Amino acid sequence: MRLYRAHVLVCAGAGCISSGCQAVKNALLENIERLGLQQEVKVVETGCMGPCDLGPVIVVYPEGVFYRQLKPSDAVEIAEEHLLKGRVVRHLLYQPAESATPATTFEQIDFFKKQTRIALRNTGIINPESVEEYIARDGYRALGKALSEMTPAQVLECIKRSGLRGRGGAGFPTGLKWEFTARAPGDTKYVVCNADEGDPGAFMDRSIIEGDPHTVLEGMAICGYAIGARQGYVYVRAEYPLAVERLELAIARARRYGLLGDNIFGTDFSFDVEIRVGAGAFVCGEETALLASIEGRRGEPRPRPPFPAVQGLWGKPTVINNVETWANVPPIILNGADWFASIGTEKSKGTKVFALAGKVNNTGLVEVPMGTTLREIIYEIGGGIPGGKQFKAVQTGGPSGGCIPASHLDVPVDYESLTGLGAIMGSGGMIVLDETTCMVDLARFFLEFVQDESCGKCSPCRIGTRRMLEILERIIKGQGRDGDIELLEELGRNIKSSALCGLGQTAPNPVLSTIRHFRAEYAAHIYDKKCPAGVCKDLIVYTISEEKCNGCGRCALVCPARAIVGEKKKAHRIDVEKCIRCGTCMEKCKFMAIYTM
Amino acid sequence: MKSLAELDKLREEIQREMALREKKEGIKVVVSMGTCGIAAGARDVIAVLLEEISRRNLQDVVLTQTGCAGLCHCEPLVQVEGPGGEKVTYGHVDEQKAREIVAAHLVNGQVIKEWTVKEEGERV
Repeated sequence: MRLYRAHVLVCAGAGCISSGCQAVKNALLENIERLGLQQEVKVVETGCMGPCDLGPVIVVYPEGVFYRQLKPSDAVEIAEEHLLKGRVVRHLLYQPAESATPATTFEQIDFFKKQTRIALRNTGIINPESVEEYIARDGYRALGKALSEMTPAQVLECIKRSGLRGRGGAGFPTGLKWEFTARAPGDTKYVVCNADEGDPGAFMDRSIIEGDPHTVLEGMAICGYAIGARQGYVYVRAEYPLAVERLELAIARARRYGLLGDNIFGTDFSFDVEIRVGAGAFVCGEETALLASIEGRRGEPRPRPPFPAVQGLWGKPTVINNVETWANVPPIILNGADWFASIGTEKSKGTKVFALAGKVNNTGLVEVPMGTTLREIIYEIGGGIPGGKQFKAVQTGGPSGGCIPASHLDVPVDYESLTGLGAIMGSGGMIVLDETTCMVDLARFFLEFVQDESCGKCSPCRIGTRRMLEILERIIKGQGRDGDIELLEELGRNIKSSALCGLGQTAPNPVLSTIRHFRAEYAAHIYDKKCPAGVCKDLIVYTISEEKCNGCGRCALVCPARAIVGEKKKAHRIDVEKCIRCGTCMEKCKFMAIYTM
Repeated sequence: MKSLAELDKLREEIQREMALREKKEGIKVVVSMGTCGIAAGARDVIAVLLEEISRRNLQDVVLTQTGCAGLCHCEPLVQVEGPGGEKVTYGHVDEQKAREIVAAHLVNGQVIKEWTVKEEGERV
């Protein structure tokens, strides 16, 4: 093995791939070779480092210098100046909004400073295709420790005492789930990883698998030992080809080292993992539908009980956990239950990974201790709302979740407090909304998603959400009627109590939570025929201020409907009948003379 | 992988390679790689240092580079920074001297006084 004097870590998370990290990496390699540095500088591809809006990003060690928004042409400068001559290329550093000096290393950036990384401990630091690098970061030590120093009962006890709860949705205690399966009668048992991430705006499961696939395998193997299973399955959606590829590679490499397969660590414990690729139906994230899909049947949920813990895959007792839950297991075994339980809040232990997206300055992957407030996540890590706009609400938990308004920004984030506000932790999508978001339109978006993705097996979900969607569409068109809000609430309540699976039961949540916190906005649409956020096209009227308009004619020039008339150098006006409400005139007006009402 | 001990052995081996990415207290060896340094042969010096550190399996030594230190007439310059922050700067380092600096200073903690330079650039 050879030593290098510098490691260049290139983020190859999904965000950076789409912003062109591969071209940057190739340019770096080219220039490193041109300068004859290939024996001294190593380039490593990693999983998602987190700050996706800054991509492509790289970190140069040993200094830990963080470069962002790189173009292939920047590689020349980084290679010649930094890698050859040791001079940091200042104009490629991150520039914090409030500070005059750029941040050199990533530790100086608020986005990283405020995070505690357990599930993401390796993501963005190691090469996900190298099992060796995972091992160097204590990988598979927890499995080794469990197999050589602990009984299955001790492993169960450790997970139970840690207070770990499922990171996929409702937050069921993980240790308890394992115990149910361990106690269930039968010799054949299964371990399943749910990597069917389908929430709009969520990408943490994908990032963990792409950035640190071995942690999922190790967590599953530990569970296999604890409950007496020898076969595991990872169910991952086909839309995540890179995750599938890295997982395949990880399984092959782990097998080669004997970390999966027969007689692991020389004990009589054998465990192996296979991948099942799903077609990407949202409902397949629901555990009973997922199991049906693995069995080769149509991905439809079934009533519970019996729960999968007792009757799961092929009727056998099965533990099914989410990717992030699995990623927490090895560190708990390695560091102990007390260590994990010391992080977080009374009832929610450990950390939670959020995919921060929407109207926020720093979007990306963040992991914070449970109990961190929404304000800290959005303002301190996320850097606040761009463009000087007002924060309006944050949507958590995807279509099963809800919106939390500004008045609750200081709520500590844990399972109970979010549920109390009509939202959920869910898998961890966190979409920030500013004043330009219409809450009725947002509710419509999520409901439309559920409508598209409903498996159709039960009528509350199939027909009930359709009725709700129709009402919302009417409201948005300005045809809302008195009593619509109450009707939506009633339908929502009924669907919640009668749908077959968790997805149907939570489908009305985006509507119910927006009504709860933004009822006035619904009322404005229905009774005043107005959209306060200026989003719903049928409800907004563009007007030109006579005082501000100097008659430059720019608006008339760009209007595709020729709806703007007026004499040169005199105030113009908009013909409401002709106006198609595209907003082009408002964008182009230099004098802020055009406004909506 | 037959035992935990076997895993630990592999782990330590790879950790050495990855030590670069961890912030650790240790010795930092800094080579000046300004145009002047490169012209005077700093590239060869850094290559030799890397080879020696790697061959001797030195833990907790970080080798990095910096720009022109303003002592162009003393190039190539190699600065050794101890865990306590004490700095020793060697001037006119060539491949042979580099090897000896690794042996004497990094391994045995012996500063080779006659090769050091003061900040003003005079020989001590």
